[in-house]
Amino acid sequence: MTPRHFCRALIATFASLAPWLAPAAAGEIQFDREIQPILADHCFACHGPDDQKRKSNLRLDVREDALKGGKSDGPAIVPGKPEASALMARLTTQNADDAMPPAKEEHPVKPADLEKLRRWIAEGAPYARHWAFAPPVKPPVPAAIGAKARLTPVDVFLAARMAQDGLKFSPSAAPEQLCRRLYLDLIGLPPSPAEVKEFSRAARKDLPAAVAGLTDRLLASEHYGEKWARHWLDAARYADSNGYEKDLAREQWAWRDWVIQSLNRDLPYDQFLIEQIAGDLLPNRSQAQLIATGFLRNGMINEEGAIVPEQFRMEGMFDRLDVIGKSALGLTLQCAQCHSHKFDPISQTEYYGIFAFLNNTYEAQTWVYSAAQEQKIAEVRAGLAGVTARLKARSPDWADRLAAWEAEELRRQQATTWEIVEAMELHHTTELNHPVSLPDKSILTLGHPTSGGDTYMIAEPNVTNVTGLRLEILTSGDLPFGGPGRSYKGTWALSELVVETQILGTNQPPGTNVWERLKLVNVTADFSEPDHALEPEWANAGVDKDAKRTCGPATFLADSNNLTAWRADRGVGRRNADSVAVAQFEKPLTLPAGAKLKFSLRQDHAGAGSNAKNTMIGRFRIACTTTPDPKASTTPYAAVRALQTPRAQRTAEQSAEIFAAWRQSVPEFNSFNDEVDALWKQFPEATTSVLNLAERTPDDARETFRLDRGGWDNPKERVAPQVPAALHPLPAGEPPTRLTFARWLVDKRSPLTARVVVNRVWQAIFGVGIVETAEDFGTRASAPSHPELLDWLAVDFMEHGWSQKQLIRTLVTSVAYRQTSRVTPALLEQDPRNRLLARGPRFRAEAEVVRDIALGTSGLLTDQVGGPSLFPPVPQNVLDFNYVKPDWPVATGPDRYRRALYVFRKRSMPDPALSTFDAPTADTACVRRPRSNTPLAALTSLNEPIFVEASQALALRILREGGRNDAARADYAYRLCTGRGIKPAERTALLQLLAVQRKQIAEGWLQSNQIASGDDAKRPALPPHTIPQDAAAWTIAARVLLNLDETLTKN
Amino acid sequence: MNLRDELRSEVARLTTRRWFLRDCGVGLAGIALHSLLRCDALAGSPLPNPLAPRVPHFTPKAKRVIYLFQAGAPSHLELFDPKPELTKRNGQLPPADLLKDYRAAFIKPNSALLGPKYKFATQGKCGMELSETLPHLGTVADDLCLIRTMQTEAVNHAPAQIMMNTGSQQFGRPSFGSWTIYGLGSQSENLPGYVVLTSAKGTSGGASNYGCGFLPTVYGGIPFRPTGDPVLYLSNPKGYDVKTQRASLDTLQRLNSLALGHHGDPEAAARIQNYELAYQLQSSAPELMDLSAEPASVLEMYGIKDPKQPGFARNCLLARRLAERGVRFVQLFHEAWDQHGDLTNGIKNNCKDTDQASAALVKDLKQRGLLDDTLVIWGGEFGRTPMVQGGNDGRDHHNRAFSLWLAGGGVKRGYIHGATDDLGFNVARDPVHVHDLNATLLHLLGFDHTKLTYRFQGRDFRLTDVHGEVVHALLA
Repeated sequence: MTPRHFCRALIATFASLAPWLAPAAAGEIQFDREIQPILADHCFACHGPDDQKRKSNLRLDVREDALKGGKSDGPAIVPGKPEASALMARLTTQNADDAMPPAKEEHPVKPADLEKLRRWIAEGAPYARHWAFAPPVKPPVPAAIGAKARLTPVDVFLAARMAQDGLKFSPSAAPEQLCRRLYLDLIGLPPSPAEVKEFSRAARKDLPAAVAGLTDRLLASEHYGEKWARHWLDAARYADSNGYEKDLAREQWAWRDWVIQSLNRDLPYDQFLIEQIAGDLLPNRSQAQLIATGFLRNGMINEEGAIVPEQFRMEGMFDRLDVIGKSALGLTLQCAQCHSHKFDPISQTEYYGIFAFLNNTYEAQTWVYSAAQEQKIAEVRAGLAGVTARLKARSPDWADRLAAWEAEELRRQQATTWEIVEAMELHHTTELNHPVSLPDKSILTLGHPTSGGDTYMIAEPNVTNVTGLRLEILTSGDLPFGGPGRSYKGTWALSELVVETQILGTNQPPGTNVWERLKLVNVTADFSEPDHALEPEWANAGVDKDAKRTCGPATFLADSNNLTAWRADRGVGRRNADSVAVAQFEKPLTLPAGAKLKFSLRQDHAGAGSNAKNTMIGRFRIACTTTPDPKASTTPYAAVRALQTPRAQRTAEQSAEIFAAWRQSVPEFNSFNDEVDALWKQFPEATTSVLNLAERTPDDARETFRLDRGGWDNPKERVAPQVPAALHPLPAGEPPTRLTFARWLVDKRSPLTARVVVNRVWQAIFGVGIVETAEDFGTRASAPSHPELLDWLAVDFMEHGWSQKQLIRTLVTSVAYRQTSRVTPALLEQDPRNRLLARGPRFRAEAEVVRDIALGTSGLLTDQVGGPSLFPPVPQNVLDFNYVKPDWPVATGPDRYRRALYVFRKRSMPDPALSTFDAPTADTACVRRPRSNTPLAALTSLNEPIFVEASQALALRILREGGRNDAARADYAYRLCTGRGIKPAERTALLQLLAVQRKQIAEGWLQSNQIASGDDAKRPALPPHTIPQDAAAWTIAARVLLNLDETLTKN
Repeated sequence: MNLRDELRSEVARLTTRRWFLRDCGVGLAGIALHSLLRCDALAGSPLPNPLAPRVPHFTPKAKRVIYLFQAGAPSHLELFDPKPELTKRNGQLPPADLLKDYRAAFIKPNSALLGPKYKFATQGKCGMELSETLPHLGTVADDLCLIRTMQTEAVNHAPAQIMMNTGSQQFGRPSFGSWTIYGLGSQSENLPGYVVLTSAKGTSGGASNYGCGFLPTVYGGIPFRPTGDPVLYLSNPKGYDVKTQRASLDTLQRLNSLALGHHGDPEAAARIQNYELAYQLQSSAPELMDLSAEPASVLEMYGIKDPKQPGFARNCLLARRLAERGVRFVQLFHEAWDQHGDLTNGIKNNCKDTDQASAALVKDLKQRGLLDDTLVIWGGEFGRTPMVQGGNDGRDHHNRAFSLWLAGGGVKRGYIHGATDDLGFNVARDPVHVHDLNATLLHLLGFDHTKLTYRFQGRDFRLTDVHGEVVHALLA
């Protein structure tokens, strides 16, 4: 018995065991599959979950409410009595005023659906939970299956559905075709002819075993992670630029590398999601787990001038919910941003409940170190710990001495009382950004960074006998690496602190501002760099461009010289720290009540090009004192701040700061201090970074409010973290944190998470998901083609430890996968979209695979895994049309031929080659690409430089490896491109092209070098026994072969 | 005849016809034209055709659109909306009650008022007041439908441009052009249905301004480039002549047909056809871009001195050529109007670049009988503040009121819609929100804007989201 015959026999018995495989008998209407979609489509918009928009107080998505009815009629549904149900009356009445849906909708219920509704009410109108909101239960698979037949459980489910339509599996595909199919699906690269040959030999002996063997081999390849990372990158809207107008480059490839590596080591999908949503909160989290949180940070960042940063942070939050909805939950969460969901049971409050789990984060940026650097850092830290241990050993009374120092230091600090100045107005002279005042009255500047100009605040403090002022320059989780500056290292420079007064009553015409500058003297700071010339990279702010600038001690901030600046870069590893400066007024200052003070922080020590080379101060705070002769202590300011926290409540970091400060203050520890400085000098400088999530500190926690109509500036009542009641509950007894939310997402009780991911993997392999709307499993989603199979796969996936590799193995080792993709007229007629899989999957490869096929086939491919993005050749006329012209150092050498995964993705300038083949823009999450087929795609694979270079390289490869005559070469060429040998008619056509082109070349119509190398003067590296004309003729032929439908397609 | 033979003969038939994208198949997965019930051209076809011409909801007034998008936001106060009161109050602070809840982008709201930099003159029989910087536009005033009361929500460029073009500040929605092609299909013989032309610099909104959003890729705008290949990768690689290209494609088509005979996949049939169409585009696109056959009088009318010189004027003439060739939707992007400073010169220079050609396009369409069913739109993403920015020669972003004009395709002629207050700050009467404009534009194309929908993520999306009222006063 062939597998197919066996299958049919099996179904006969199987169907009786499993009622859900049989077609529903007449009279058994299924609410969730048949009735709910009708109600959702026609009724729920006004009579559904959204209580704001509900009409007549009638709700039809909840049975009790439907039985009660609304304001206008009696019971909408009377179980068993369609004729007494207002619902039916409304749907069937001829009276236009009463008819539902209202005539203006022009969307009447179809007669067949009316009949279904009637029957359903007659049967008692049972409601059932929408299938996707009930956890999947694994349907039983008879034990006989595995033993007696080669049908896998997946096949049995498929066969059962096919049997309903009288379909059966097609024969197996040719081994060559199957081999290439597996390569493209599992690693996204074409097999070499030798690999095809090897597989074919094995397949002739035992096809299933050969498939299983190759599957294992390919799943173990590091290229597997590259292929499957791309699917997740779509969902995660990964890009290498920030989007919006400026669309500046960002460094986020470390996150991409994390995805590749995680897939390669088959990190279980539940852990994969937990780390991406809350890896930063895991105990003893690794650098990799922090990088993972780049997932939610992949969204766009607006750096347009003059934006209100909070508006676009909120836009980013909406985007994060959308991503979680599409990629993990398969729910259209964003529909509940402005009002309760119209179709699915997600209230607006529940939407902001999920929002609340994610809202309490900084928009952080963190250095990423290589493995070697991480090792070095561990050594440095061990060295530092060693110094501390030795110091303590040498001074056994260290704890008492430290405590005494702390007390003394605190006393010193408290001797000066500081009154923090509250800003009345905050601006930047360029008006390009809007500084804001935080609850602690510090000033934070986000948004468009600026080179040159003043951040200034106007205040009206009580000024009586003020002797001096203090400028704190403070770190913040929202600044690069914590800041306190906004430079690409988190550093800053302060050219001048200008303090001015405007006395009340001065009658000034509008538009003019007369301020009197106050002289500052005796400036001190906790730390300053030595006096030195400004480094060239910061030396061209556009203000006095050619002036020679210097930077160094804090006195520079009050020397009335804009060319000198105070800076306090403590060096690698220690530079992202608080600083303080104290300045005295020449004589104690007293101003009349209501007099204004203006503080301007001039920041002209920055490079040209406002974004990349700014050195703005990210966060600062100003205070005044009346204490005589105020001075900054040389105790590092981070320690000064740490001391203000009572000892018992200090973090380890704070204690370390204090200890270090004390150590530095004790002359006898100088040798230890020198050792420490020497160790820090060894601290490595990171070469890349990642945008990641970081939880806000408790004193800086952010609350979440329901936003009326989803408007960012329209907060209403506070919303506590919560999940939709219609889904599974939060894990009991856990705190309402982001980590708990992440764990909830991958709870085995989740009705959605596993179904959604197995469906997406299915879609990648078979072309269309079991649920076609891979992003939406809600009540409006299309019905699953194989509901039981989906549930079986989802549960099986969880039972196998959420292993994506195992899931893929399950799918590709099925009979269904092995089928030939040949379309017969009958199949096309019956199942044009191949949803039932009575034939193998066949569709044009994804954009990246199309490019990688050309590179792999031609032998150009550089198969280095991971690393920064590369800049592909892009036509000048595309580069020219950018709002901000990008730096575009086109990759040369081996980098040019790396996989398309590594192509730099610039949001506002979608890669012209890849987007033609439907690569998404990364503006929003995408879990289902369209698959277009256009003349523009044809032009791309014919003429785009990488494809052209591939045709030239392929020609040489054919000449080198394909034998001595064109007939043998033609066969080899076909094997390279399609995996199979050439057929006689194909050989004839190809040889004819070659012959004609050889003649054209020989007659001088065509120039060999131009075609074969793109350059008249450059002869390609010809293989032995070949001439330039061979290379040219074969380049022409290779270009044809790279454009074969079979080359571009997974057959 | 079996199916494979049928497919092969279908390919033969199609490849002899000069159809562009119209008949190409997208992956069947991409199609969801359920809302276009009248679209039965696709029913039962194994090769669905997302670009087949379709009949809209009712008889349209406009069959095609030329959208002259003025990115950066032109100042209504210097161009379209004369405000003598603003001149009088130059240097004064705006009334405090006006500024309640007001948000400009850059400036402090209580900046002084700035009088308009240019005088206005009465134009045409209709007596439309237009800026002295728009002398050419004045000559077609009787054809214009000027809206002085446009409103939008956004005050930053990228979100505002996306708002104007897609009806949403959030990225990821289809552009107006994409909705148009989705609704009407393409009628051009060998050119795309939605062509984008660019001048000056790149726009803040980038490619999303003309993107297809969640609609299938075939509905996105195709940029025709001002320099280099007009269509990306149009030129064959170095060294290939037409004969070799033809021979290559003949061989490719032969090989693909042979394989099609074996596997029978209709997608391959579509691919065969698309390579043929690509070949045709290799001649039709350069022909389109080549203005050498245009008479000197036409070039002169548009103010084109060198027909090879890229720029807005050339793009206007190309737009007319595209319209003549059946291209349904042409959109020009001219990003030049962000006059935070140097307002006086900026406006003068921009008008020098755009005024003559914009007016010439209206005249040219009219003299060719195309204006009646071509809708021309001219405008940007928001207006400018009546208050000064910087010293005394700049204006900030302003979303409460701005101007935009329409011409042709079923709109009133010589008509001014609505009025702003004395300072050009707020709308005094007859506001037109972006959604209202878009509802009206779709109406002119024959659509009920509430019914041109596409289901994505369980929701029926529209260009006008859940808003928009057709502004009947604009209709002829």
